[in-house]
Amino acid sequence: MGKRKRPDTRPYCKRERRGFKGFLYEMKKNAPLYSMFIPAAVLLIIFNYLPMFGLVTAFKDFNFSDGIFGSPWMDPWYGNFKYLFSTGAALRATRNTIFLNVLFIFFELVIEVAFAIMFAELRSKKLKSGIQFGIFLPYFISWIVVGLFSYNLFSYEHGSLNNLRALMGMEPYNWYEHPYIWILILVIFRIWKMCGYGMVMYIAALGAIDTSYYEAAEIDGATRWQRIRYVSLPLIAPTIITLLLLNCGKIMNADFGMFYALIGDNGQLYSTTDVLDTFIYRNLRLNGDVGMSSAAGFYQSILSTAILLVMNKIARKYNPEGALF
Amino acid sequence: MHTKKKLNWSNLPFAIILILAAMLCVIPFILVLSGSLTSEAEINESGFSLWPKQVDFTAYKLLFQNFSRIANGYRITIIVTVVGTFLSLFVNAMAAYPISQDRVKYHSFLNFFVLFTMLFSGGMVPWFIVCRNMLHLTDSIWALILPYLANAWYIFLVRNYYRGIPIEMVEAAKIDGASEYRTFFQIIMPLSKPVLATITLFISLNYWNDWWLGIMLIDDTDKQPLQLLLRTITSNLQFLSASSNVNAVAEVMKDMPSEAIKMATCIVTIGPIILVYPFVQKYFVKGIMVGAVKG
Repeated sequence: MGKRKRPDTRPYCKRERRGFKGFLYEMKKNAPLYSMFIPAAVLLIIFNYLPMFGLVTAFKDFNFSDGIFGSPWMDPWYGNFKYLFSTGAALRATRNTIFLNVLFIFFELVIEVAFAIMFAELRSKKLKSGIQFGIFLPYFISWIVVGLFSYNLFSYEHGSLNNLRALMGMEPYNWYEHPYIWILILVIFRIWKMCGYGMVMYIAALGAIDTSYYEAAEIDGATRWQRIRYVSLPLIAPTIITLLLLNCGKIMNADFGMFYALIGDNGQLYSTTDVLDTFIYRNLRLNGDVGMSSAAGFYQSILSTAILLVMNKIARKYNPEGALF
Repeated sequence: MHTKKKLNWSNLPFAIILILAAMLCVIPFILVLSGSLTSEAEINESGFSLWPKQVDFTAYKLLFQNFSRIANGYRITIIVTVVGTFLSLFVNAMAAYPISQDRVKYHSFLNFFVLFTMLFSGGMVPWFIVCRNMLHLTDSIWALILPYLANAWYIFLVRNYYRGIPIEMVEAAKIDGASEYRTFFQIIMPLSKPVLATITLFISLNYWNDWWLGIMLIDDTDKQPLQLLLRTITSNLQFLSASSNVNAVAEVMKDMPSEAIKMATCIVTIGPIILVYPFVQKYFVKGIMVGAVKG
């Protein structure tokens, strides 16, 4: 007897078919499965892929009657970009986007990790669920509602904070005239809204730590602080670094809702709070300037994808489990 | 977790810090509630405070007298949330299935097709032009639903869960003569209840709180979802004067508690969320914990 062929144990594909014939065969064989993907495919093509091709608008002299592909090309091709960078507004928006995102990422990380560690130390179930109830609550409301909260707090005439100042014998403060204070206010609101959500990841990571590490530390006479410093923190470091890198990947994208709701069209605050997304929105929706906004959008899309890819690469190098893809 | 002592006084500072943080998170809600229950005179005199000197329901009375606008906003948001959540659940749950199955030859291509939408985006301007100019998706309820239906994040979340289901389940169903659809709807989906419940919660919260589609695609103020209506109402209280009963409105406008009405509108908008929050909070927490998504 000759050599016996190794039996093909692959479950459903007995024969490998190649080329277009293979493609048709596969489509026919697994038609029901592929058909389940169709609704999502159609929606993703319309709302995600078409706009990607629509990025060419940045190089066009766009008008609504000819549409994206019918409008004439810009002459010179970089005309929209020249126009975009002719004032300092786009660069200011870029600078603000990156600067504010760095602040958000840093302070959110520190507070979320600190809170998660403290939270994990607590033992009373009731206390824990009460605390989580409060901290997680702001995540559930929209930025529009938060905008109204901020009005309640900062309104010059009626605001709770000015009311409090009056009670302490201080003059009312016009918060909306001071752009720099809004950097702080935005950071506080951001943490206020997102910290409950962010904490959960770290609490999960802390909960996954093998208790024998802590028992060993205790036997060695570690203080609580040492236990946190030398056991908890190193063991959740992969989670921290992964989330940090993925957040840095989104550094060019501002949370539009927050700025729209808290700052709105308050031009006095733009010097520190105008970000790329609000800049694009304002030029598109309020000024109807498609050329400028599409050029800014193009620039944002390309940069943010490049940064995301770099961050993901670093994340994967650091921790293959933690990368986005 | 580490020691067995019942009461640990050294935890006290931690407890105090976290309780303070939790209180800071809740205080703005109380401020707004209190503002809505304060009379206009008191607001004009001393501004918003944590507790009204005298509880006053005028703002709510006025709001409910002119409730049709808010009722309409509610109607739109409820329809959008219910229809959107239902459709989105099925679109994402179905799309995740072929990606999760290794026997599907092109599953990695499908995977990349979804993943790519997370990596690269055309941004606001082309999206806006596509919706408006190519699809004419304006001023309709579908404008508030369709753009969010398919979501890479949810597809991956569900796909990861499907991958944990043993392939023998599918094979057994096949041997018993079940079609792919039947296997999916009667075996895979029921087995995946936890993850499907999680994405249902996230999707419905998203639809309920959304106003982005409203500002981009809805021009007609009668078709605004609730969140956007809140902004319209609070940024100009003229909506009362637009209601039918002109004389009564003029009468009311003279000493209308506009500040309190803003706060009352806010409370009416977030009411349903606050009511369901205690029941769904822990499921969200669980959901985030399983939500470590990978492409």
